[in-house]
Amino acid sequence: METWIELLIGFFLANVFGYGGGPSSIPLMYREIVPHYHWLSGAEFSNMLALGNSLPGPIATKIAAYVGFDAAGWMGVLAAEAATVVPSAVALIVLMRILQKYKQSQVVKGMTLLVQPVIAVMMLQLTIQSSKESILSIGWIQFAAIALISYWLIQRRKVHPALVIVGAFVYGGIFLGR
Amino acid sequence: MLKTYAELSLAMFRTGILGYGGGPSTVPLIRHEAVSRYRWMADEEFGEVLAIANTLPGPIATKLAAYLGYRLKGTLGALVGLLAHILPTAVAMIALVSFIDVFSSSRIIHGMIEAVVPVVAVMLGQMCYEFGEKAVKGLGKYMALACGVIAFVLLEWVQLHPAILIAIALAYGSVHFKVMGKLKETRKRKEERRHGDMD
Repeated sequence: METWIELLIGFFLANVFGYGGGPSSIPLMYREIVPHYHWLSGAEFSNMLALGNSLPGPIATKIAAYVGFDAAGWMGVLAAEAATVVPSAVALIVLMRILQKYKQSQVVKGMTLLVQPVIAVMMLQLTIQSSKESILSIGWIQFAAIALISYWLIQRRKVHPALVIVGAFVYGGIFLGR
Repeated sequence: MLKTYAELSLAMFRTGILGYGGGPSTVPLIRHEAVSRYRWMADEEFGEVLAIANTLPGPIATKLAAYLGYRLKGTLGALVGLLAHILPTAVAMIALVSFIDVFSSSRIIHGMIEAVVPVVAVMLGQMCYEFGEKAVKGLGKYMALACGVIAFVLLEWVQLHPAILIAIALAYGSVHFKVMGKLKETRKRKEERRHGDMD
């Protein structure tokens, strides 16, 4: 079979069974990339993941780009990326269109409302998880200082979060990079 | 016309190259662009889109980028949103292969990433607060708190899959106003009966 078709199938399967965003699909992608299609060796996969984690942006699409290019050049990138993002994007657009049609109905209004506390709790979990990880790696004093300053900047001074993140990069590169 | 495309590309480019920790930690950045900065949609709608997106498999940030683009400019918008979001880092990934060792062992880069995590945590916390606020506004203090506690217990202790919990919330939500209406009616009837007894 053509490699790009295999890429299409492999990345489609890995992402369509991954719930909870890109990071949770990593083990599924590993299964397709290493033991199943042998696009990368285990060591290459870990190296690639390390590089992917040190770059910003969604992780699934970075893996797709790397593996696609490695296995079949730019055609491979296109196939792997399309298989990763298109099915779920189309599904979301179709579902939202259906819901928008019935926007004024009490049914959809109730659904929108009841989902808010669930989202709040999921955000709470993500907050706790990333705080914990951060405290473990840089200590609670650094964590608290950076968190308080960024809260003040974003919430009180209305600074664009992008600028705050760039500021954090500079700070981290200079003071935490030793 | 073109301005929308330019804004969309810029917003998705920014969220793509500044999100660390994969898609889920990019969500607050996307929300900032879509709700606070460009006002493409209300916060409630964003919450709804996010919830529906969470019930679907696949990467989360790209789903949101595609949907935002689609809502603004149809299919072409979806494509622009997606490409602006994923292309820069995808290309960087391919271009940096030869520097893989430099990158993954650099202390400076590790330091930079570590300093961003608390900022992300603050933004996630902020989103949590604001969605909680919306729940309180719509459901009332007690009902919102009860829902939150139930959701927390199911997710954290029962380890229920978030997609299943959202599906349950959507299912109950679809009959919520009917249930509330019925409750009000029975309460009213009881009240009337009591008044009737007194007469």
